[in-house]
Amino acid sequence: MSDAAVIALHALRGAARRRVLLVVALLTVGFLALYALAAFQVFASLEDDEPFGRPISVDDRALAGGTLLGLSMFVTLFLGVVLAVFLTLDAVRGDAERGLLQPLVVRPVGRTALLLGRLAGAAGVCVPYVVVVFAISVVLTRAAGDFTPSSVVIPAAALALGVVTIVALSLLGSTVLSSTANGIFAFMVFGAGLAAGLLGQISDALNVDSLERASSIASWALPFEALYQSGLHALTSDVGGFAAVVIQLGPFGGAVDVSPAIWPWAAAWTLAVLALAAFAFSRRDL
Amino acid sequence: MPPALTARRLSKRYGSTTALDAVDLEVGEGELVGLLGPNGAGKSTLTKIACGLVRATAGEATVAGAPAGSADARRATGYLAELFRFPGWCRAGELLALHQRLARSDGGAAERARLLDEVGLAGEDGRRVETMSKGMQQRLGIAQALIGDPRLVLLDEPTSALDPAGRRTVRRLLEALRDRGIGVLLNSHLLSEIELVCDRVVILDGGRVVAEGRPEELVASSGVEIETGDGVRRFPQATRDDVPRLVRELVAAGADVYEVRVTRSTLEDVYLQAVVGRDRDPGA
Repeated sequence: MSDAAVIALHALRGAARRRVLLVVALLTVGFLALYALAAFQVFASLEDDEPFGRPISVDDRALAGGTLLGLSMFVTLFLGVVLAVFLTLDAVRGDAERGLLQPLVVRPVGRTALLLGRLAGAAGVCVPYVVVVFAISVVLTRAAGDFTPSSVVIPAAALALGVVTIVALSLLGSTVLSSTANGIFAFMVFGAGLAAGLLGQISDALNVDSLERASSIASWALPFEALYQSGLHALTSDVGGFAAVVIQLGPFGGAVDVSPAIWPWAAAWTLAVLALAAFAFSRRDL
Repeated sequence: MPPALTARRLSKRYGSTTALDAVDLEVGEGELVGLLGPNGAGKSTLTKIACGLVRATAGEATVAGAPAGSADARRATGYLAELFRFPGWCRAGELLALHQRLARSDGGAAERARLLDEVGLAGEDGRRVETMSKGMQQRLGIAQALIGDPRLVLLDEPTSALDPAGRRTVRRLLEALRDRGIGVLLNSHLLSEIELVCDRVVILDGGRVVAEGRPEELVASSGVEIETGDGVRRFPQATRDDVPRLVRELVAAGADVYEVRVTRSTLEDVYLQAVVGRDRDPGA
């Protein structure tokens, strides 16, 4: 077993023993129960609606399903990010300040291997987590309203790669920031990315080019946001008509179809951030 | 075979602060070297450079012939930090197993049991760290430092949380390490411990070596006291060889001699003389 795998398993065992995973599982069950309740209620209300008297024909089922799954994607990403940040925020400086890191670093294990172990440990929890939670919400949406999104794989992959970028960012922050400061840093960057995405939707609706460009740059600079937008778009990419317009104008609609280049870009961005973290860690006196 | 630890002109600066200033030091095979000095003298910095936690600004350090901090050097090093912590959720056996994997030790369960026994924690392998007293955690820390039979063991205040019985256990363990040819650098404020167990003492102050030698060399004669009928007469410059002459002279002068004592300075005296400002509180 490689050093990184040993460190990853150690971190995972720690998360399990400290009941981090149990708390996350219980809260997630709560979220999914609420989501199921909402989905069944929404689709039931559609069946009760009188279809006459509407000025414009709208695919109600696609509108409800797309919006519900958009909400699910947002919450899943948020929970995945919370998990990613809390599993890594003290990886270097925080653990060094508490005296937990030194006994490991003096072993003949490269500091990069230690960092990769922490990455693997956190990603090993967060990636399956977001994929499974999203998959369950897709199943619930289908059961509630017989709605299947245009793509399940792209949103799930976007969530998975999105949380990995946050893990890398939090690891980088941990090389210079104390635990609390790094947690604030990671969540503020995440919030800034989401704000940039919402601005992009507004600018798209209002056709403000400069704002749209700024939003696009911010989304690519923080690729978890571009991935999220890409995933949202993929949920309802084959929905047409007025429903598509309404979905895209809503808070959980993909404003733009993000270029496929986001995938290699996000992977390269993650590797670059990890390389920077490894460099900073290698230069750090403990 | 190269020495367990060699430091040549080793320096470390943190901004404008000099933590170590051209320190030369050697720990031979099977040698126990005590590192003394007030807080901020550079003891922990020296130890951390030796085990690769801190990079030297200048000079060089080698462990068993390999540059300090390299994988080969770390493979040959066991280390217990002063302010270490182990995860509270971890069991003693799991912790040692983790360090065995990382240290590439193939000692398995037998090594873990032997180490726990050596530090007085036999049968505690299933116990969680969070349920252990500070002293037990310190013993566990010493056990993890000895995983993989290192050639150099760096112990930073290893007995600070131990009771007298625990200290004796560690003293015996250190003597056993010496017998096994393991070099030990023992960083401690407990002068009596150092005096009891170490082959050589190095005193640091302000990042420099200010005194060095075998304890019996450092702890030299500090005069002769002779109790006479007129009270105690002190001869600060006299040595044991001067005693017959001094007694003859006193008796010839009509004094009644009741007792003669050759006084010796303690390591504490040597330490306080060596560090700058004799009236400074060494623990401050």
